[in-house]
Amino acid sequence: MTAAGTEAAVIAGPVDGATPRPRARRLPRPAQLGLVPFGAYVVLFLVVPTVLAVATGFFDKAGRFTLDNLSALADPVVLDTFWNSTWLSLMTAAVGALAGALVCYALLGVPAHHPTRSVIDALAGVLAQFGGVMLAFVFIAAMGRSSLLNVWLSGMGINLYAGGNWLYELPGLIPPYIYFQIPLMVITFGPALDSLKPQWAEANLTLGGNRWTFWTRIGLPVLAPSFAASYLLLFANSFSAYATAAVLASQGSQIVPLQIRAALTSETVLGRENLAGALALGMIAVMAVVMTGYALIQRRAERWRR
Amino acid sequence: MASIAPERVATTVVLQGVVKNFGHTQVLHGLNLTIRPGEFVSLLGPSGCGKTTALRLIAGLEEPSGGAILMNGEDVTGVPTNRRDIGMVFQSYSLFPHLTAIDNTRFGLDMRKVPRGRARTMAAESLELVGLAALADRYPHQLSGGQQQRVALARALVTSPKVLLLDEPLSALDARVRVQLREEILRIQKELGMTTVFVTHDQEEALAISDRVAVMQGGRIEQIGTPEELYLTPATADVAAFVGLSSLLLATVTGGVARIWGRAVPVIGAAPDGEYRAFVRPEHLRVARAGESGMRGTVEASIFLGSSRRTELRLASGELVAMQHDVSLRPERGDEWLLVVEPAPVVVRPLA
Amino acid sequence: MRRASFHPHPATRVVIGILVGSFVLLPLLATLEFTLRDGDAHSFVHWAAIFDPAKAATYKPIWVGLTNSVMLMLVTVAVVLLLLAPTMILVNLRFPRLRRSMEFVALLPISIPAIVLVVGLTPIYLVIGHTLGTGAWTLAFAYGITVLPFAYRSIQAAIDAVNLATLAEAARSLGASWPTVVWRVLAPNLRGGLLAASLIAVAVVLGEYTIASLLNRQNLQTALVLVNRQDAYVSVIFSLLALLLCFLLLLIIGRTGNLGAARGKER
Repeated sequence: MTAAGTEAAVIAGPVDGATPRPRARRLPRPAQLGLVPFGAYVVLFLVVPTVLAVATGFFDKAGRFTLDNLSALADPVVLDTFWNSTWLSLMTAAVGALAGALVCYALLGVPAHHPTRSVIDALAGVLAQFGGVMLAFVFIAAMGRSSLLNVWLSGMGINLYAGGNWLYELPGLIPPYIYFQIPLMVITFGPALDSLKPQWAEANLTLGGNRWTFWTRIGLPVLAPSFAASYLLLFANSFSAYATAAVLASQGSQIVPLQIRAALTSETVLGRENLAGALALGMIAVMAVVMTGYALIQRRAERWRR
Repeated sequence: MASIAPERVATTVVLQGVVKNFGHTQVLHGLNLTIRPGEFVSLLGPSGCGKTTALRLIAGLEEPSGGAILMNGEDVTGVPTNRRDIGMVFQSYSLFPHLTAIDNTRFGLDMRKVPRGRARTMAAESLELVGLAALADRYPHQLSGGQQQRVALARALVTSPKVLLLDEPLSALDARVRVQLREEILRIQKELGMTTVFVTHDQEEALAISDRVAVMQGGRIEQIGTPEELYLTPATADVAAFVGLSSLLLATVTGGVARIWGRAVPVIGAAPDGEYRAFVRPEHLRVARAGESGMRGTVEASIFLGSSRRTELRLASGELVAMQHDVSLRPERGDEWLLVVEPAPVVVRPLA
Repeated sequence: MRRASFHPHPATRVVIGILVGSFVLLPLLATLEFTLRDGDAHSFVHWAAIFDPAKAATYKPIWVGLTNSVMLMLVTVAVVLLLLAPTMILVNLRFPRLRRSMEFVALLPISIPAIVLVVGLTPIYLVIGHTLGTGAWTLAFAYGITVLPFAYRSIQAAIDAVNLATLAEAARSLGASWPTVVWRVLAPNLRGGLLAASLIAVAVVLGEYTIASLLNRQNLQTALVLVNRQDAYVSVIFSLLALLLCFLLLLIIGRTGNLGAARGKER
């Protein structure tokens, strides 16, 4: 081979038809190993439990595959609980979203380090996360039969509990749920309101608009996606809440989380075993729909915030 | 563009003794400024000089603490922004994110209850004027910075406002886009003949496109004049320092004439006898000819500007001077040249 | 200066503040009043009773639960600081393309609420019970998952704010080893986010009931529910104390540190 020929071979590289040299086997780089602990953790405590939770719905007590449990989801009682959870969540999310949005509006323009802002931020942070159990106790003390409010109202001739002790039934969940929905909204929606740019308001003015046109044609349309996303989040939050209901409705199972409790603590419910798994599946389905909607809307809202 | 430049009367804008306080700080000290119909005036100055405040007062986005603002002789000081019939372009972020370019543009027309069909046509024409007809249905986040500012311009112009106000509209853009867009703004302004006030901190920008420039410092107008006047005959040291490049050379003034490096140079303005620093433009320094005496300087650095070179030389005294000269002269670091000052009039500043 | 034209009128602010503020504060005040009842009068008798030796037996579960909860807090914070945070730093520095996936994983627990998770955790915790014992502290592994979305938000916001990759590159170019980079350059800059994440973990753990009760382990909340059946006052008192504590913590951190990261809890 001439020198030029050798060169050509070197420059040209592997020719068509020639098989590529096998890559040397690469050991996983240390950096990749660093991902393993967290990965394993998530698999063990998130993925596996979820799969198990859903999978148990497909097996009966003896371990045989069955679709029997799934048909429980069509049972009127179960449908009822899903409906209860739904309207409870729709309603408390709506009230919480509106009230929370108003609070955010009232805070517009207050600088971040202003004492009022700091206090409200801290309060919202606490109340949004405030354990459901403690919330239940607060409401029993604040609205229950022996509460100041009831005593005071009875003194005025108004009997709050004329129709029965509703605080410990489904309607009793409404006030405490709203109580944690409002702060959650403030936390979630606040940044959206803060991102309204003063330039838009000034441009609106220079173009001949006023406060009304600003809100109706600019402010509200721009905020709508964030509001919808926050609403969905509040819905999901309410649908999946357990602790408050567990304390207030210690016997009942009118909403889905309580139904799951019943399914877990007794061996058969509705004559079916492993109902908990089926219920879990139903719940995940609802949450998946809601959170997917949330993610899609959020992406749209983000685009405009650039 | 019959539909956008209709029965509009070119407007005179006057600021009379305008004072503005923010809390305890006085930001504008009795500003007096008259902008003639169809004129393009720039407010030029460093940050904090009050130029943006002055613009916002004309727009009505702030209220003056004293003085008056007149448009066509009518006192508009108390008139709210949305009734002043102005067009304003902000530095950034002013496009409504949820509306397309064309919907943004027609916003002002919608405010004036212009019928929908006509509004759409006018908006389309306005976008065509700024060269964005093809992007009418894009959203702001799909447009580049320069394109967004064009839309902002179209939006401001479509209502044929009395005055066009621009608050550093090019400052947030890339250098190349900045130059392109400022030419566009100038072209459009000339075509429409609209009274325009332009705020910038970039003196090159101001000099390039304005009919007159008002140089501001500390809430006052130091000098107002054509770009040429400002450059060649700056009224004060601040103006000379801010507009264009200068070398500060030691000068002895006697009887209104400065002696710089042994040469006589006329002085702009009154200056009692004494020692001063004179502002000398780079193009007014040259290399001494054969037989001439001059100041010795050592070349430190040189920049190739395309049509000329600008060379920095260090004098024996340690001072650094800048000289602009023909490209045929090629300085090498360390070269020693003899420098001479041309007798062009200079502004002087006391030594103290 | 004219207020920005879309800001509410001061009167509006006050009205909204009073309306919503009443709804929020009145129940708390009423609760406080409830705890101060003594027959027909008011006194601190219930508050003092917490430390009354005669009632110690009744209240014992609370102290046990509280101790467990404190331990759980520590382990959960350890999970956040020693497992989540380093992994996030690693991903942001070395595997930026995995960031999206990590975000998805971190937000999953929102879609898979505790009540659902616990159905699948039961068998896992049976195994844990055999291997690591039935102590309450093992719950922390599950808690790490429930706080994941919030902790992730805080830390990621802090990472974005300081532009981690650039800092690391600068430190490396100046000759620092990786441990030095993480410990002396990155961690100090992420302090705010890490602190916020830890705080959220503490708050969540303190109030957690679902997983503890359905996995039959004792923490503060299960204890409060238990004791509530015998003494209506003590649980309420502890609830108020927990509320106050968390509020003060959040307030202090908010005033001194970077809590803006924590506020972006859900996006």
